[in-house]
Amino acid sequence: MTQEIEYKVPTMAEMMASGETPEILFWVGCAGSFDDRYKKVTIAFCKILNKVGIKFAVLGTEESCTGDPARRAGNEFLFQMQATMNIQVLDGYGVKKIVTACPHCFNTLKNEYPALGGNYDVIHHSTFLQELIDAGKVKLAGGGEFKGKKITYHDSCYLGRANDVYEAPRAVLEALDADLVEMKRCKTKGLCCGAGGAQMFKEPEKGNKDINVERIEDALETGASTIAVACPFCMVMMSDGVKNKEKEDSVKVYDLAELLLEAM
Amino acid sequence: MHILQQILFVLALGGAGFLISKRIGIIKKTIQLGRTEDRSDNPSERLATMIRIAFGQKKMFDRPVVGILHFVVYAGFLLINIEVLEIVLDGILGTHRLFAPILGDFYGVLINFFEFLAVGVLVVCVIFLIRRNIVKVERLQPTRHRELNGFPVIDANTILFAEIILMTALLTMNAADSVLQDLGSEHYHKVGTFAFSGFLKPLFASWSEGSLIAYERITWWLHILGIFAFALYVTYSKHLHIFLAFPNTYFSNLKPKGEIPNMPDVTKEVQIMLGMAQPDANAPAEIARFGAKDVKDLTWKNLMDAYSCTECGRCTSSCPANLTGKQLSPRKIMMDTRDRLEIVGANMAANGGNFVDDGKSLYGDHISAEELRACTTCNACVQECPINISPLDIILQLRRYQIMEESDAPASWNAMFSNLENNQAPWKFSQGDRFNWVEGVK
Repeated sequence: MTQEIEYKVPTMAEMMASGETPEILFWVGCAGSFDDRYKKVTIAFCKILNKVGIKFAVLGTEESCTGDPARRAGNEFLFQMQATMNIQVLDGYGVKKIVTACPHCFNTLKNEYPALGGNYDVIHHSTFLQELIDAGKVKLAGGGEFKGKKITYHDSCYLGRANDVYEAPRAVLEALDADLVEMKRCKTKGLCCGAGGAQMFKEPEKGNKDINVERIEDALETGASTIAVACPFCMVMMSDGVKNKEKEDSVKVYDLAELLLEAM
Repeated sequence: MHILQQILFVLALGGAGFLISKRIGIIKKTIQLGRTEDRSDNPSERLATMIRIAFGQKKMFDRPVVGILHFVVYAGFLLINIEVLEIVLDGILGTHRLFAPILGDFYGVLINFFEFLAVGVLVVCVIFLIRRNIVKVERLQPTRHRELNGFPVIDANTILFAEIILMTALLTMNAADSVLQDLGSEHYHKVGTFAFSGFLKPLFASWSEGSLIAYERITWWLHILGIFAFALYVTYSKHLHIFLAFPNTYFSNLKPKGEIPNMPDVTKEVQIMLGMAQPDANAPAEIARFGAKDVKDLTWKNLMDAYSCTECGRCTSSCPANLTGKQLSPRKIMMDTRDRLEIVGANMAANGGNFVDDGKSLYGDHISAEELRACTTCNACVQECPINISPLDIILQLRRYQIMEESDAPASWNAMFSNLENNQAPWKFSQGDRFNWVEGVK
């Protein structure tokens, strides 16, 4: 059914060399570049962009960390070094619009780079996917693969509370014709996965439970067999939570882009 | 007799006014110790936020039952103050129910309405006491939340008892007054029996005129002195939110919650390091301090936040770190900040308005490294606060001090920092391998 297409992932350098300007820059992020699980999300998103025919580019090896974990840990110098260098690269290519699959990159690029002179139109891939669906650009195969299937969505703090993006990820899931079930703590009251604020890069402080275990219990309570996430850190934490509960066989964690590609 | 009462009243009013304004002075002065931050932009949006969040109590209604109960006390507080105005004027002028002849029949309607509110406040305060002490709502329990031990628990119950006493005084005063009117007692002109205190009249039916007058006077004095004492007490209490909720919401953060404010001092240094700017010869040799160690390093808004906090604990009850047994409690962050500010204020008051270094600070003596490190910056505390306080903003400024001034980071964070510096990624991967994922797109 799916026609064979040749997937392409041009870099900004290649685009510039051939005198072309992409519609969007896909900011991959460190997890999307290096984390084995999240690389699959990066790949899925690139495939969607190819299928829909969006003219995009990535920075490739010219991309570097936005500095988010450094700033949140308290290392402002390191954050600003990273940010300043990234702004030089982005401005060098005249980047106007950025799409990223990482809510932390999204928040930093959108809200924190302007104070350092980097002004771009930044959107998260959930919003971008919703726009594609709304514009009728995404052709769903209509196989009804997700029909009646229970999916629950875990809100990323940096999308939800931090930037008030609650509806776009849900709109994407609803387009799949899936049975979207909410956890008891969702949207503004969504519970963190435990990885934000640079917690991803350290052991948790002493306590009586890991946050991701507390959160996975919310997810399992819904009876959903698929947990949808929209953030690389949430992906790690929720997947670990599923493992902790020994539910790997019955419950899967996927990013929105992976689910959407599946239905295309 | 009358003139003596008037003199005593004016003295009490003046004394209360003096003590309260002195306290307000200290609070204002300590808030002004904070760093400057411009929150004067977008006045119309700010006004709308204040009207919605403080006047309209929008976020309180996220939990509808408590929202309604709280609204009753709030409405009672705002409107009964109109009656307090009459009481104050009566006290000064030696009159009795000054507004009655002016307002005519409407006076009865008004007092009935106040009585309705007074009964509402009384009932709700009893419910609140039950919630705290019998039903034991989790977020209000000192056994679970260490920051509530000692004064905070006493403070909370004191306020509720005080309101019950004030409302009881108001209602029984009206009842005694009505009985005196029925007796045709001098000075107690006919204003009629009121809706709720009317039910209390049988209590006083057999009393002599003398005891009734004594009771009416005692409750009148108890009510008004109680209000003066309460007003002064409030400045020391978590109950200060009844005033500060308004400016505090007006000066809310209007930016996306995820945005951490920039440090322009660092920007300058970074630009010099990267050769994008030249060192400014006129610049001060050293920047005062990176991040916040003590209250004066925080912004004035952080400090106003601390005075505005009502210790309701919605922040803490939604904090993922606290929920999973970590030391961090956003409410404690706010209470610690206020405690430190009160110490600094007392220090200044004792030293002619200048702070004399006491060798202590907010970070270290009140808030520990472990608490700060447990924060996931998830913004749940900020989202939950009914009056838009940000504990997170304080946590992040303290973290900046911790990392940049004390170089105190867990080993794994230091590793992350060095990976960022050397490989431009928080993990130890080579920058050259960053685009290898493209092999998977086939």
